[in-house]
Amino acid sequence: MTSIPLTRTELDVRSVREDFPILRALAHGKPLIYLDNAATTQKPQVVLDRLVRYYTHENANVHRGVHLLSERATDAYEEARKTAARFLHAAETQEIIFVRGTTEAINLVAQTYGRVHVGAGDEVVITVMEHHSNIVPWQMLCDERGARLRIVPMTDEGALRIDSYEALLGDRTRIVAVTHVSNALGTVNPIRRIVEIAHARGIPVLVDGAQAVAHTAVDVQALDCDFYTFSGHKVFGPTGIGVLYGKAALLDAVPPYQGGGDMIRSVSFERTLYNVLPYKFEAGTPNIAGGVGLGAAIEYVEALGFDRIGAHERDLLAYGTRALEGIPGLRLTGTAGDKGGILSFVLDGVHPHDVGTILDREGVAIRTGHHCCQPLMARLGVPATSRASLALYNTRAEIDVLAGALAKVREVFV
Amino acid sequence: MSSALDELYQEVILDHNRRPRNFRTIEEGRHAEGYNPLCGDRLTVYLRIQGDRIQDASFQGSGCAISKASASLMTDIVKGKTIAEAEALFERFHRLITRSVEDPVDDLGKLSVFAGVRQYPARVKCASLAWHTLRAATDARNEVVSTE
Repeated sequence: MTSIPLTRTELDVRSVREDFPILRALAHGKPLIYLDNAATTQKPQVVLDRLVRYYTHENANVHRGVHLLSERATDAYEEARKTAARFLHAAETQEIIFVRGTTEAINLVAQTYGRVHVGAGDEVVITVMEHHSNIVPWQMLCDERGARLRIVPMTDEGALRIDSYEALLGDRTRIVAVTHVSNALGTVNPIRRIVEIAHARGIPVLVDGAQAVAHTAVDVQALDCDFYTFSGHKVFGPTGIGVLYGKAALLDAVPPYQGGGDMIRSVSFERTLYNVLPYKFEAGTPNIAGGVGLGAAIEYVEALGFDRIGAHERDLLAYGTRALEGIPGLRLTGTAGDKGGILSFVLDGVHPHDVGTILDREGVAIRTGHHCCQPLMARLGVPATSRASLALYNTRAEIDVLAGALAKVREVFV
Repeated sequence: MSSALDELYQEVILDHNRRPRNFRTIEEGRHAEGYNPLCGDRLTVYLRIQGDRIQDASFQGSGCAISKASASLMTDIVKGKTIAEAEALFERFHRLITRSVEDPVDDLGKLSVFAGVRQYPARVKCASLAWHTLRAATDARNEVVSTE
């Protein structure tokens, strides 16, 4: 057997860390160990530079002016759209709608596609592990329409019960909305299969990709999902920008989300003709710099390669799982077979909030609380958990510091 | 452990967290529920009031060490006080946990153990949850008070 030199497929984490200026910071006098990547990711210098370049050399409003700067701004913004389309493997660039983030993307679909297709007595299917952003917009729609929200259960390990999912789908199911990767458990859901099962009954599927896109390659055509959403800030881009992917035929057939400039072809007081995709869904001056910055972030992760990123994060997750399992009184929540870089846990006799404060003083940033998943916390029977979430710049040494800091938590409380 | 942590997690606080006092319900009294949406802390404060005086106080619920210890110490301290005295104490307590580090410390007796909270702005709500709930219970408002 020929051996391939490991260096060709390994992520050079040392050099990756150099790309992120904030990782050189201290927190309470200790080196910052940033393990809150599921909440938001840090930004590489290329993204920061791109924002400065945009505002220094290209800033103008898009799709309007005939002047040089407006052309530059429009080119940069539309180039970012092409980058996002390539990133998701969308069939067409017009299927990429820029939005504020995943939350707005899901609200957009609920308020356009949902209001057209969901009526009294109909059903919307979501899962028990959804983030509030993939629960509340559907709940609002169901309340308005007299429709019913149905919930796919999961196993104690945190895997969706696909048999129950299949049984939940019926004549009245109008849409399925499911997370690709759980922010609180790390579970990677079998999206291809979930879509297949729904499509066999003619039901479209929206996938919340907020926790997926920084960690794994996404091919919306291979998944065959109808809508896919993500937030730029969770994939090393700026806040306030995100993407809704939707199949052109579905987006074309529903009314606009918000009215205003840019989304129209012509306006009179009698009648307005709407613009074509994607502009139909982008009323008002968009977050141009955000879009351009997101494009730079996508190019950054693409250059590193998801094969390398994935291998690195899998190694960290395995290492972190072993390290945390060795801590007395610690119980991991979320141990599904297919899992992303989330280490969610409860520590006997210590409230997560206290864990978070003590870790913070050691320079370790984690999230504690319900992770915007209160129904999931109820299912797990805990008020809150502590969560360390990994990204491509984290290291085994950082996991060691986390484990050491958790030992200190036990010293204080146990 | 750093000195700021020592100051936050004083032995008295850890002790009240481990063994909360007045951790029970009071039948035939008033109660109010307090909720901190940030961390999911939820507690109920029970009062028995005669005239304008708090005869008995207790609490139930779940929360972090700071919110549990605060509820535990609070229910001890307000017993026998008038509602107005308890309200005045809350105001002094609130100043204690929100004042800047340079400001002089008001001597609040046992409650002074919470002085360290001021270095942790995110934890002020944990320390004040029980007090907000106490205020709601004395107002006899039958609603959930939120720290948000």
